[in-house]
Amino acid sequence: MSNEREIIQEVTDREYKYGFVTEIESELAPKGLTEDTIHFISNKKNEPEWLLEWRLKAFRHWQTLKEAPKWAHVKYSEIDFQDIIYYAAPKKKPELESLDEVDPELLKMYDKLGISLDEQKKLSGVAVDVVMDSVSVKTTFTKKLKELGIIFCSFSDAVHEYPELVKQYLGTVVPYTDNFYATLNSAVFSDGSFCYIPKGVRCPMELSTYFRINEANTGQFERTLLIADEDAYVSYLEGCTAPMRDENQLHAAVVELVAHKGAEIKYSTVQNWYPGNKDGIGGIYNFVTKRGICKGDYSKISWTQVETGSAITWKYPSVILLGDHSVGEFYSVAVTNNYQQADTGTKMLHIGKNTMSTIISKGISGGFSNNSYRGLVRIGKNAHNARNFSQCDSLLLGDRCGAHTFPYIETSNKSAVVEHEATTSKVGEDQIFYCNQRGLDTEQAIGLIVNGYCKEVMKQLPMEFAVEAQKLLSISLEGSVG
Amino acid sequence: MLVVKDLKASVDSTKILKGINLEVKAGEVHAIMGPNGSGKSTFASVLAGREEYEITGGSATFYGEDLLDLSPEDRARKGLFLAFQYPIEIPGVNTTNFLRTSLNEVRKFNGQEPLNGADFLKLMKEKMKVIEIDKSLTKRSVNEGFSGGEKKKSEIFQMAMLEPKLCILDETDSGLDIDALRVVADGVNRLRNKDNATVIITHYQRLLDYIVPDFVHIIYDGRIVKSGDKSLALTLEERGYDWIKEEFGEMTEA
Repeated sequence: MSNEREIIQEVTDREYKYGFVTEIESELAPKGLTEDTIHFISNKKNEPEWLLEWRLKAFRHWQTLKEAPKWAHVKYSEIDFQDIIYYAAPKKKPELESLDEVDPELLKMYDKLGISLDEQKKLSGVAVDVVMDSVSVKTTFTKKLKELGIIFCSFSDAVHEYPELVKQYLGTVVPYTDNFYATLNSAVFSDGSFCYIPKGVRCPMELSTYFRINEANTGQFERTLLIADEDAYVSYLEGCTAPMRDENQLHAAVVELVAHKGAEIKYSTVQNWYPGNKDGIGGIYNFVTKRGICKGDYSKISWTQVETGSAITWKYPSVILLGDHSVGEFYSVAVTNNYQQADTGTKMLHIGKNTMSTIISKGISGGFSNNSYRGLVRIGKNAHNARNFSQCDSLLLGDRCGAHTFPYIETSNKSAVVEHEATTSKVGEDQIFYCNQRGLDTEQAIGLIVNGYCKEVMKQLPMEFAVEAQKLLSISLEGSVG
Repeated sequence: MLVVKDLKASVDSTKILKGINLEVKAGEVHAIMGPNGSGKSTFASVLAGREEYEITGGSATFYGEDLLDLSPEDRARKGLFLAFQYPIEIPGVNTTNFLRTSLNEVRKFNGQEPLNGADFLKLMKEKMKVIEIDKSLTKRSVNEGFSGGEKKKSEIFQMAMLEPKLCILDETDSGLDIDALRVVADGVNRLRNKDNATVIITHYQRLLDYIVPDFVHIIYDGRIVKSGDKSLALTLEERGYDWIKEEFGEMTEA
């Protein structure tokens, strides 16, 4: 049915809405990566000796790694790691009390994104730690959190103010030897967020960070470390959009989560980096390592992600279920359009007894894109009565895109129960026509159908984020219909 | 309201409608009957704007405006409603939210303010009484896991909510037991008024015991071959469609 193809093509041919560059002066590191670069970054950030040493160890290890991993179901030309600027920061480091003091350029940018700090502050108790390029520009609500003993600050500040905590946990979940990009990140990470919730404290607000790449040719290497002490609870939101660029930009973040006994961490992401234009030129390479450890008994880590951006996404938020009765969850919506490529999924590593994991993955592909789910469920030999349920669904828009599923299951304990379900479906012309007949245009119809399809994942998102994510899903598949 | 003149349509170059003529005025109920494959459902789909059918001739106007030139959603917004023979499931989309989006799109198009949540729920409650639909249906995903009867009731309920000018019921009676049929028919009857019109497409006379039509048309081989009042439906019931085939079969072959 050529008509269906036309509709879907129109709907899937859409341009990135957030393509603009804000002019804020930056201080750049010289191009390329040598030990000098590491010294430059560490020096810029006035870091203690131990951290410089850790970076250098990572760098030396990275030099022994011949090449980036090739096993993912993605294609791209090789990255010249010497052609990247590894550090950029706004020249003035402002210390602000109120929004009036924030650079008006920055405020304008947030207005365009519809996430102005002004609104954010008024929003029901959302504390925002905004990462503008590599240095935190603004931290709000810190004082209130401080009263509860919650630490929520930029990674750099944590290094200076809470060096013992950083030292104790840095690299314990994702060691600097973990993988090519995690090693690179360990050597050159610029900044990120640090969060510590003390024993027995339930963080009363959603913590959120907006990341943004804004410097041409600058790889962004964020590092996030989040610790929930015994019986603590935190819900953390991470969302990002990036301005339009012709050249590929590398983004290799590392996120480490630690949940102690009885603690719960909910980590939600909306990822909307620039995906490249509709011919597949440009866009962000998003090679991220995210992992959490359920260290103590009865702890829980839940990842929710809505991935709509990036030219290439390579990302497997994982959980190490070490504590007995610990729970790991992964809820994912990944949308690829035009020539985007995504290879994403999770690893659930069951070590403790009575551990439980749930995987719900919804892949949506349009245009000429490729969308892969890759997941590993491993049951260790002592993980008695471990349980896993996995459901991986793929939705196709049109007939020129691809959906792939690579589930790996390894069990070394006979008492384990592992379930895997997978489906593939298409948005039907019948569904669209039915919506049309009720007064909805085709764009609305596809937005509605796709959002319905992703409902199980979307309902995991915190309320204010869910609204944003629903809009994003519709925008991601928007075209010039009608 | 609706004027159809010599309407011709084909799908994949097979001619299905070979010149339909029909005029529907406000306040009227028309029944279109005919054997399987005569073009009844195609006629409904063409009026609603399904694009897999190619219009090869003739015209259709709705309140004097060229209907065939409008997008399916604009036809809906202008008050043309099709109750589907096979209502489509939309998993994960809550029926209430779907209806609210739908109603507000129609209102927006007609220059009305969108209904807020409270007003919408109030309206829904009223209409639920009229249609005798179970509240639980509106909490489920659109048509998902609905029985045949539930699907048809849901269609009539949506019709009640949208208050269309022209209601086209495409084989709404098929697959319904006698109780469900009565509920659907009662709903349609309650929604009838002097400003709207109903076109009932059906294979059997049974539904017409409950919804009494002003006119009955028999469609055969892509044309309306006979029109009359409700007694025509009874004649059909007695004599079956073979009589039509014998009388008009040769003519259309020629």
